[in-house]
Formats: sequence, structure tokens, C-alpha cells
Amino acid sequence: MLEIKNLCFSATDGAEKIDILKNIDLTVKDGTFLVLTGPNGGGKTTLAKAISGIVQPTGGKILWNGTDITDMSITDRAHTGISYGFQQPPRFTGMTVKALLQIAAGGRKLSRLDCCNYLNKVGLCAADYVDREVDTSLSGGEVKRIEIATILARGSGLMIFDEPEAGIDLWSFAKLTETFRELHKESDATIIIISHQERIISLADEICVLSGGKIAQHGNRDDIFPKLMAGDINYGCEYMRKGN
Amino acid sequence: MDKLDFTLLKEIALMDSIPTGAYNIRKNGESAGRFSTESIRIENKTDKPGIDINIKSGTKGETVHIPVIITDTGYSETVYNDFFIGDDCDVTIMAGCGIHNCGDGESRHDGVHTFYIGKNSVVRYAERHYGDGDGNGERVMNPETVVYAGEGSTIQMDTTQIRGIDSTYRKTTVVLAKDANAIINEKLLTHGKQYAESDMELVLNGENANGRIISRSVGQDESKQVFRPCVTGKAKCFGHIRCDSILMGKATISSIPAVAAEHPEANLIHEAAIGRIAGDQLIKLMTLGLTEEEAEEKILEGFLGE
Repeated sequence: MLEIKNLCFSATDGAEKIDILKNIDLTVKDGTFLVLTGPNGGGKTTLAKAISGIVQPTGGKILWNGTDITDMSITDRAHTGISYGFQQPPRFTGMTVKALLQIAAGGRKLSRLDCCNYLNKVGLCAADYVDREVDTSLSGGEVKRIEIATILARGSGLMIFDEPEAGIDLWSFAKLTETFRELHKESDATIIIISHQERIISLADEICVLSGGKIAQHGNRDDIFPKLMAGDINYGCEYMRKGN
Repeated sequence: MDKLDFTLLKEIALMDSIPTGAYNIRKNGESAGRFSTESIRIENKTDKPGIDINIKSGTKGETVHIPVIITDTGYSETVYNDFFIGDDCDVTIMAGCGIHNCGDGESRHDGVHTFYIGKNSVVRYAERHYGDGDGNGERVMNPETVVYAGEGSTIQMDTTQIRGIDSTYRKTTVVLAKDANAIINEKLLTHGKQYAESDMELVLNGENANGRIISRSVGQDESKQVFRPCVTGKAKCFGHIRCDSILMGKATISSIPAVAAEHPEANLIHEAAIGRIAGDQLIKLMTLGLTEEEAEEKILEGFLGE
């Protein structure tokens, strides 16, 4: 179970202090598929980075399976079963897709067939990609899908995907949503996906709307999804609330 | 040949034992073993130190190993090896030099390799440089490679120097005839106070000549590298230089690629990039369970294709 308690994160811009996350309380039970959505700049990526250790919160606590991981390193969190798929994944000149998948899989030795299976799940023709380098010769959408494949290969207890649909073509997107559906059905993993896509949001068990660094809504899909579609969620913007 | 010799041979020519096929092993200036085959004849030069390697036309699937090892501290040599490769061959040549210096004198190997490649032949040439030993004496290598690639031939040249060599000046000249191809891969890692300099000239002389230089280097600590690859197009041809370098510690790297078109249909490209390992690359691998040091190691391993 993931428990986020009173989590805060502030950044400074010159003399000005900017609160990015404001007292976030969120509990995600084991095996839950949660979609984190909300307007740009609402704090979704910062929250995901705080969970995976990339960003150190300025207040509050994060517990994973009962253990306080707030002060743990990125590496140690990875070993406790937390993985994070970057919104904008880096490239690695010279490193092959297979080598990157092998790093993701850790001690478990991946066969060529295993690599192919992960790549197929993200809509890549494995034979064309497994020996390619993860460098600038790949498009943004290709790198993004390889990034998602690394999270699948890692097979962690908590998988966080940051806007997996960004930069991905329509055909691959259909494959990807199917993969997330299967992943949820076939594994016990807790899945958190940051997304704005209706098709991904509609797969979730729970939806959490983050806006202005606060949780605007959190609940079951059936409760929140219709409100999202109808535009009934209060994002904290007076102008929008007045229906202008 | 003792255990130390085989340690060096394994590093430079991937040899665990005496190889199959033609070979010549040079140790401290003397022959430590030689074998010629029916198609590949190895003979001493008569006018200067070194060997001639004659490969008959039509030789396919054969390998030649010509490693050099130096284990005597203070030993210095200049060696000339010439390769005469006939037409329609397909051969692999493994060269390289390993220096073990546990004394105070400078150990130095200057090797000049010249290739004359016949029509439509395919030659893979791998050269690895390696140094070890805990003495204060410097390990120095100055290799020079000259390739004349005949019509329709292909030369793939892989040069590798990962650690161990204190000072190196490498000079490479490759001249391509009509329809000839060259792929030159250079991999270099310097550390400590090492210095490496490389001048590389690729001359696309014949119509439809096609040449690529791919250089990847890593500079660590206070080491210095200077790399000057140059492609000259003298016919309708295609040439591409790509240099990528990773800077670590206080190392300095100069990458100075040049392209020169001496024909209106010469198509030449150069790309060069130098930078430190990006923070998000390290973080990405750390989220996959590696420590920062392990992540750095994996990035370098991938970059240098080890």
C-alpha cells in the first residue's frame, strides 16, 4: 500500500517561494489502478517524482508497504519495488534497447524473446528495435515506448507512468491502452498513470484530480469520471467556475 | 610465452591461446611465434624491422593475428608491417599492442601498418591498445595506419584504446578508390594524466566512394584528448564524420572535424558533440535499481560498446 501523508514540496524562484505540492494526503491500496489527472502545472509529475525519490519533499511522509521511504535514495526505492516511467525519457548513445531492458529487469536474465515480448506490448516491432541504440536516431514516440517497456520489464510492485500517451501515434496508443488493461488484469502491481486521455482514465479503478498542488477530487472511477467529462470538477479557477 | 604474455594477448587480440590461422607474435622486438597458411604468407622485412603479410587473391574466411607485446621496461621500437591483400578476399586481421611496464623506463611501440587492398575485397581490421604494470615508466604508443582500398573493396577498421596508455599519437590515412567503402570506428578512454591525439584523414578518391568515421571517446580525471578527423571528397562520393565525447572530472577534449569537397557532387557531413553525462541519464538508471556509480559505468559501457 502506498500512503502519502501531508506531503509538501516547495521550490524557490529567486526570493519567491512557490508551493508545488500542498499537504497532499493520498492512499493507494495494493493492486489499484489509479489515474492521476488535472491541469498542467498542477503538481502531478512532482508528486510522481517525490514517490520515486527524484524530488525530495519539503514536508510530510511517504510510506510504501508500511515502510517510511521519505528519506530513501532513488536506488533504494527502486529495490523496494517502485519504478517510474519518465515523461521525457533520456537517450543513451551506444546503449542498445536490449541492454536497457536488461538493466531494467535487474538480476533476471532476459532472453531475446523476452525483450521482443516487452517491445510488442508497446507496439514496437521487436525485430527492428531490440539491437538498436537508444540514441537520437529514435523518434520521441519510439523512445517513449521503449521507456514504457523498461517499466514492464522491471515488473515492480508500484509502477508509475508519466503521460505514457505523450508523443505516441494513434495506432500505438490503442495497443498501449490494451497493454495497461492486461497489466492490471494479470498482475498484482499497483499502477499509477498520469494521463489526460479519456481512454486511459476510463480504465482506472480510481481517479485522483490534482490541481494547484492540491487534491481536487479523489474517488472511484464511476464517481469521478462523469464529473470530469461534464467539466464539473472545481480546479480552483474562479473564471472557469463561473462558466465563462 | 608465459601467463603475463597471454593476459596482454587476451586484452589486445582476444587470444586465450595460440590462434588458428596465420599469426605472428612479436615480444620485446623478437618473434615469439609465427605461422603462415597456404593463402597467407608472413615474412620478415629485409630492410627494416617488421613483416610483410601477403594474402592471396580469393582468400575467404581466414584470420590473421599479429599482436605485439612489450614486457621489458625501457624497451622502445618502431615496426613496419605491410599487408598486401589480393582481389576478392574476405579476411579479418587482429592487431594491437600490449605493454606491461613495471619499471621506471619508458616503454614505447611505434607501429606503421600499411594496407594495399585489392579489388572487391572485404577486410576487417581490429586494433586494440592496452597497457598495465605498476612501474613509473610511461607506456607510449604511436600507431600509424595507411590504407589504400582498391575498387569495390571494403575496409572496416576498429581501433580501441581503453585506459592504460599514457601517451599516444595516432595517425590514420585511408584512401578509397571507385566504389570502395570504409567504416572507421575509434574508441578511446583516457584517465589520470594521459594524453591522446589522433589525426585521421579519409580521402574519397573514386566515384561512389563511401566513408564513415565514428569516434567515441571518454576523457576522465585530468586527461587530454585532441581529435582531428578530416574527410576529403574528390569525386561523387559520400562521407560522414560523427564524434561523440563524454567529459568527466577535469578532462579536456578538443574535437576538430573537417570536411573538404573538391568535387561538385561530394556529399559530406560532420557532427560533433562533447558533454558530461546528463543528470537525467543517471537518474533514469537509478530508478531501475543501479547506484550512481553503477549507472555511470553502464552508460560508459554502452557508449564505448564494450
